[in-house]
Amino acid sequence: MTLTRRDVENIAHLARLGIAEEELPAYVGSLSRIIDFVEQLGSADTAEVAPLAHPLEDQVQRLRPDAVSETDHRDLYQRNAPQVEAGLYLVPKVIE
Amino acid sequence: MSPHLKSVAELSRGLAAREFSSAELTRHFLGRIEAGNARLNAFVTVCAERALAEAARADARIAAGEGGALTGVPLAHKDIFCTEGVLTTCGSRMLANFVSPYDATVVARLGAAGMVTLGKLNMDEFAMGSSNETSFFGPVRNPWNEDFVPGGSSGGSAAAVAARLAPVATGTDTGGSIRQPAALTGLTGIKPTYGRVSRYGMIAFASSLDQGGVLALSAEDAALVLEAMAGFDERDSTSVDAPVPNYRAELDRPVRGLKVGIIREFFGEGLEARTGAAVQAALDVYRRLGAELVEVSLPNLALSVPTYYVVAPAECSSNLSRFDGVRFGYRCADPRDLLDLYTRSRGEGFGPEVKRRIMTGTYVLSAGYYDAYYLKAQKVRSLINEDFRRAFAEVDVLIGPTSPTPAFELGAKTDDPITMYLNDIYTIGANLAGLPALSAPCGLVDGLPVGLQVIGPHFAESRVLAVAHAYQRETDWHLRVPAGWE
Repeated sequence: MTLTRRDVENIAHLARLGIAEEELPAYVGSLSRIIDFVEQLGSADTAEVAPLAHPLEDQVQRLRPDAVSETDHRDLYQRNAPQVEAGLYLVPKVIE
Repeated sequence: MSPHLKSVAELSRGLAAREFSSAELTRHFLGRIEAGNARLNAFVTVCAERALAEAARADARIAAGEGGALTGVPLAHKDIFCTEGVLTTCGSRMLANFVSPYDATVVARLGAAGMVTLGKLNMDEFAMGSSNETSFFGPVRNPWNEDFVPGGSSGGSAAAVAARLAPVATGTDTGGSIRQPAALTGLTGIKPTYGRVSRYGMIAFASSLDQGGVLALSAEDAALVLEAMAGFDERDSTSVDAPVPNYRAELDRPVRGLKVGIIREFFGEGLEARTGAAVQAALDVYRRLGAELVEVSLPNLALSVPTYYVVAPAECSSNLSRFDGVRFGYRCADPRDLLDLYTRSRGEGFGPEVKRRIMTGTYVLSAGYYDAYYLKAQKVRSLINEDFRRAFAEVDVLIGPTSPTPAFELGAKTDDPITMYLNDIYTIGANLAGLPALSAPCGLVDGLPVGLQVIGPHFAESRVLAVAHAYQRETDWHLRVPAGWE
């Protein structure tokens, strides 16, 4: 296996993904196979190649004036929130 | 002829001539959905009441002489497009309760054109899959044979249009998610040039690859609907500010004298023999029509699948970090603390394939691996892009198969992600290079459709559509209806 169980636990932690104990071995296997598979990229000679930033040549990131263009939709958006109070999103206590 | 057997173009003419009303059409398709959807699981949400209200408004517009080509024609949206006031799930438990507060630009534009939204279509979870088996809402079945997959990730779109439950549907294509399901269900599906269709309100998977498009019964229908969807949108930072041609008016451009490149690498090992033979037969049609066929080689295309499986998961791991269980979407029960809230909400809200891709992406972007994987993949992406650029200096379009095999049975490829990923071996290149590409039906193998892929240079949607239209004037594969759905 290219990746160990410890590696996958670490990746899951970085990605903030809860993975059940019994599911870990399957992820170790499939993620190892995927990493082995993408190793083929090593066969390409890219010494003189610039990474591709955008598929269309000559495209530049568009700028816009720094002006307010959106109105306040807080109440509308918070209708989809799991828990709100007085316009604030509620989460478990962070600071004791 | 029953309305569900008519093309969008025919429905448009019928509405204009008052042969039927939009309300009649809408009721007809809602009835077909009610009768047939349980077999296919194509729709996640049916918007019956809303659709009838939209149809009434469309009929009023037509009566007032203010209707356009698409006014009153029903359609359905892939459930990746945010639709105001309607459940928008992206095929995930994470968004199973998400009622969008706004419309995607695609939804808004087609709505403004007067199209009637029948409902929202099932899909692979967050568009990650090639068989529509990763949806939280269960797999979609192929109307040509219900034991087989419809392809993915726009599997609901494909099944709904193929079974004539909707005249046309939207889809999205990150690595083949419009073209592959179109191929596997006998439809015409187009993914336009990157930046042609706004990504605003289209739930993000891999932002440098994602592009919205259409699954339709013909190139003509795809042209009509794409034209209404496409165009500059200031709300999408990679939207291209260029005029949209009249795709339909350019459909009849002849293929005589057109230089067609046959991609050598697409006809090698891995292509199922009878699928290859169907594509070869389509090439003969183009020869007969006076196109000049030349073989071209794109040597780096062999690396497109590994390139994609670094770039797409990397972008997905970033994009899907927004799902935190705080602002919208799924939240786990009784979180102990903030970390527990994040990890359990994400662990429970995402399915296995989405978690696998997030972790792949997290790994290739993590300290010490970024150069070896992500940067390397972006360099190989340059090589692939360069291969296409060189090819299009010689030829007008590239043609090959869309998928190496016809549809496969449900469950056949769910054990090994690599086997599933290789389904997209012919489609991924166009996404990596941002090119417009289309799949059109060109045969049947054991009663299952086979797709022909046409890839064009940037912004050559008109040419790609015209090339498919020329073929559809000579053949009737696109008119075949799966048994039981006539």
